[in-house]
Amino acid sequence: MTQYLIRRLLIAIPSLLGISVILFTVLALAPGDPFEELATNPAIPPEVRQQLRASLGMDDPIHIRYFSWLAAMLRGEWGYSFVSRIPVDDLILQRLPTTIAVIGASQVLALCIALPVGVYSATRPYSIFDQIANTLAFIGFSLPTFFTGLLFILFFSIYLDWLPFVYNANINATGWKWWWEQIRQSIMPVAVLGLFQGAAWTRYVRSAVLDVIRLDHVTTARAKGLPESRITMRHVVRNAMIPVVTLVALQMPAVFGGAIVTEQIFRVPGIGSLLISAILANDTPVIMAVTFVLSALVIFFNLVADILYGWLDPRISYR
Amino acid sequence: MTEDHLRSLIGRVKRGTLSRRGFVRRVAALGLTAPMATQLLAVTGAAPAAAQAVPAFPQRVRGGGGGALRILYWQAQTLLNPHFAVGTTNQDGSRVFYEPLAGWASDGTLHPILAAEIPSVENRGLSEDGRAVTWKLKRGVKWHDGQDFTADDVVFNWEYGRNPATSAVTIGSYRGVNVVKVDDYTVRVEFERPTPFWADAFVGSRGMIIPRHVFKDYTGAASRDAPANIRPVGTGAYRFVSFQPGDTLRGEANPAYHAQGRPFFDTIEVKGGGDAASAARAVLQTGDYDFAWSLRVDDEILKRLEAAGRGQVSFLPTGAIEHIQLNAADPAREVDGERSHPSTQHPIFRDPAVRQAVALVVDRDSIQRFIYGRGGEATANFLNNPPRFRSPNMRYEFNIQRANEILDAAGWVRGRDGIRVKDGRRLSLLFQTSVSAPRQRAQAIIKQAAQRAGIEMELKSVVASVFFSSDVANPDTYTKFYADMQMYNTTMPQADPQLFMNQFTSWEVASQANRWQGRNITRWRNEEYDRIFRESEGEMDPVKRAALFIRMNDLIVGSNHVIPLFNPQLVNGHANNLRPVLSGWDNTFWLLRDWHRV
Repeated sequence: MTQYLIRRLLIAIPSLLGISVILFTVLALAPGDPFEELATNPAIPPEVRQQLRASLGMDDPIHIRYFSWLAAMLRGEWGYSFVSRIPVDDLILQRLPTTIAVIGASQVLALCIALPVGVYSATRPYSIFDQIANTLAFIGFSLPTFFTGLLFILFFSIYLDWLPFVYNANINATGWKWWWEQIRQSIMPVAVLGLFQGAAWTRYVRSAVLDVIRLDHVTTARAKGLPESRITMRHVVRNAMIPVVTLVALQMPAVFGGAIVTEQIFRVPGIGSLLISAILANDTPVIMAVTFVLSALVIFFNLVADILYGWLDPRISYR
Repeated sequence: MTEDHLRSLIGRVKRGTLSRRGFVRRVAALGLTAPMATQLLAVTGAAPAAAQAVPAFPQRVRGGGGGALRILYWQAQTLLNPHFAVGTTNQDGSRVFYEPLAGWASDGTLHPILAAEIPSVENRGLSEDGRAVTWKLKRGVKWHDGQDFTADDVVFNWEYGRNPATSAVTIGSYRGVNVVKVDDYTVRVEFERPTPFWADAFVGSRGMIIPRHVFKDYTGAASRDAPANIRPVGTGAYRFVSFQPGDTLRGEANPAYHAQGRPFFDTIEVKGGGDAASAARAVLQTGDYDFAWSLRVDDEILKRLEAAGRGQVSFLPTGAIEHIQLNAADPAREVDGERSHPSTQHPIFRDPAVRQAVALVVDRDSIQRFIYGRGGEATANFLNNPPRFRSPNMRYEFNIQRANEILDAAGWVRGRDGIRVKDGRRLSLLFQTSVSAPRQRAQAIIKQAAQRAGIEMELKSVVASVFFSSDVANPDTYTKFYADMQMYNTTMPQADPQLFMNQFTSWEVASQANRWQGRNITRWRNEEYDRIFRESEGEMDPVKRAALFIRMNDLIVGSNHVIPLFNPQLVNGHANNLRPVLSGWDNTFWLLRDWHRV
């Protein structure tokens, strides 16, 4: 097991390096200029722009820029944002709590919907409940989040005037009032993301459970006269969860990466909105840091999923 | 109207034998607009030079008590040091806490903030030869941390801004001048040569003063590490509470503020991000927020949201101009590896008849009415504001028939496909602009009309981040101008046209030699223009100087190398009961201390 872990971690190093080279090259080749606004302003002499470019090392050749970035990264310096002129890690850490709260809550919501609904409809395939759940799941994951987001805003904020549609990251209140405000403003973004994700996962859970439920060991368990609930929980769900765990684990980086579109619509100050504004402003160090962290998380959670397999299915061993 | 006549009238106002109203009426009869007339009075010292455009603030004994002021920006603030503030969003964010000596009111006049008074020749603040300005500072002003604001702070800002290692974006305002501390509450700004536009350093968006005692250890290359870059200590009506770059900015009323009874509100919150349409919705329709900045949304949508009755949209004149440029150089021929080389001549636009015809097929009224609505005002001038610089001589016309007659007379004959040809050259033009829905619609309107005059237009649109970039390697930037025509908006950051009008001088022509950083993008050159531009740089007489700029405008617009389309307005939305004090010549928050609710 330890050996397996060490080997996996060693393999991760070249993949991360490869990813960083690709990201860096793509960003360097992309057109655009972080000092675009300076260029159209007559009051700012062009020398200032050139001085700024030079001081941020933007005029060096790509490979030199890459190695200086890599060296800094290894020392734990993530670079300075061109736009905010503060360290990138500060920017990311500021966004992390909101991102985890909103996206995390939506993933939990998605699981809370997907697991019971998926399992229940698989145990009663083609019943009325299954049909309705299926239809809703199809609708849920065919509607893009930007559409449901706007729909929610129009209905709950404009028409009913129940919920605010501008997210406020630091509410000026304490105690239960703070919680009330926090929940009120989180309902819509969490629901939009959670319902979308939940709809997709419901389909997966249903098909995974359906696969298992027809197997011989389930029939045996039934023949033994075990109660139906025990069969479902012990013999079906546990086995059916293996593919679902992979799916959920691979979704985890998104909890840290945020949701670009939904965050933009509801003005949630998460990592997703940080990434999109950095991309629009050509703020390379921020784009680089966020995307690199995300790829590291993808690799990490892959590993976590593999280890979870062993716990769910003792037949799997690591060599 | 002769200059002498005008002068004698102004003299009579000064002596008191002619009322100001009488003056306005008389010059109006001579073809000058009323705003121009009052401005002439103001600039020649016949009327108070201080702003009259600043609305009254309610009489109050103490500041605060007005509750929370909630503001939405669809572009979020990223840093709060005015010397690093690229773009208006960050300047606005800094302006919540920092103040300049004076700000620009909506009519293009100065309003004192940290200065005790506006310098003028009469109060001996301005030297007669235009080589020095003496600013008297307001006494009793304190920084948010309790220290006194003095002349040392002002001098420090000059040293900080002009240091190339600081890489401040304000360097342009500070490097050409010398600043001397006269006493603790007086500073003198000295110029190398007579400078008619003296109100640049320490004024307006690039004149915000940062405290010496906080920043003195962070100058030059160390400036980036100053903690105060995101935790400002200013003199403003609101002091710092918290800031998340790219998201929210908070402030609270400064109890020791130097203007009595101000500010009105207890707290201020500026929330960034999202999009303009939903910002408009949050202010105009649901009333969740009090003010939304720069609502670049279809006017139809704004009208519909306004109908909810909670908020209203305000329009402010600016100096910006959306215009079309006809390339004076040849974009097809390569000279020394460079297209649109300044030494070449455009093969088609060389003919003035074609330029005139193109100007005639641009339907400005329709573009304004159907695309921009109240957000723009169709104009015949390149230089529109402040009104004293607006030329009365230019007219625009949409007349396809006349365009046809002109082209016929110039020998451009229609070919079999309806497109005109002369000397084997088809009248076919490449017309580029940035990607934006209104611009593409305007392009289509112009293309259709041009077709009817036998002019073919090929439309091209480039992503804005590429079009406006200074990337030397990219062929699609607007400064390279590898097309026959292009359309974009150019802004005028100050209430004075000196910097703005240098974009047609011959020494500013963009070329490979200056890495396409020159501001003359049309590559149009004119000796008379160069000469009067030089003259305006040293002309101290405001009336003569205005006449010079009007002449410059007439030269470039008259050549038809530039076709002005419309003068975009600053569009903001605010709650019905909020009274924001805004100006098109300064930051949105230039007089935040006077914002109040009724």
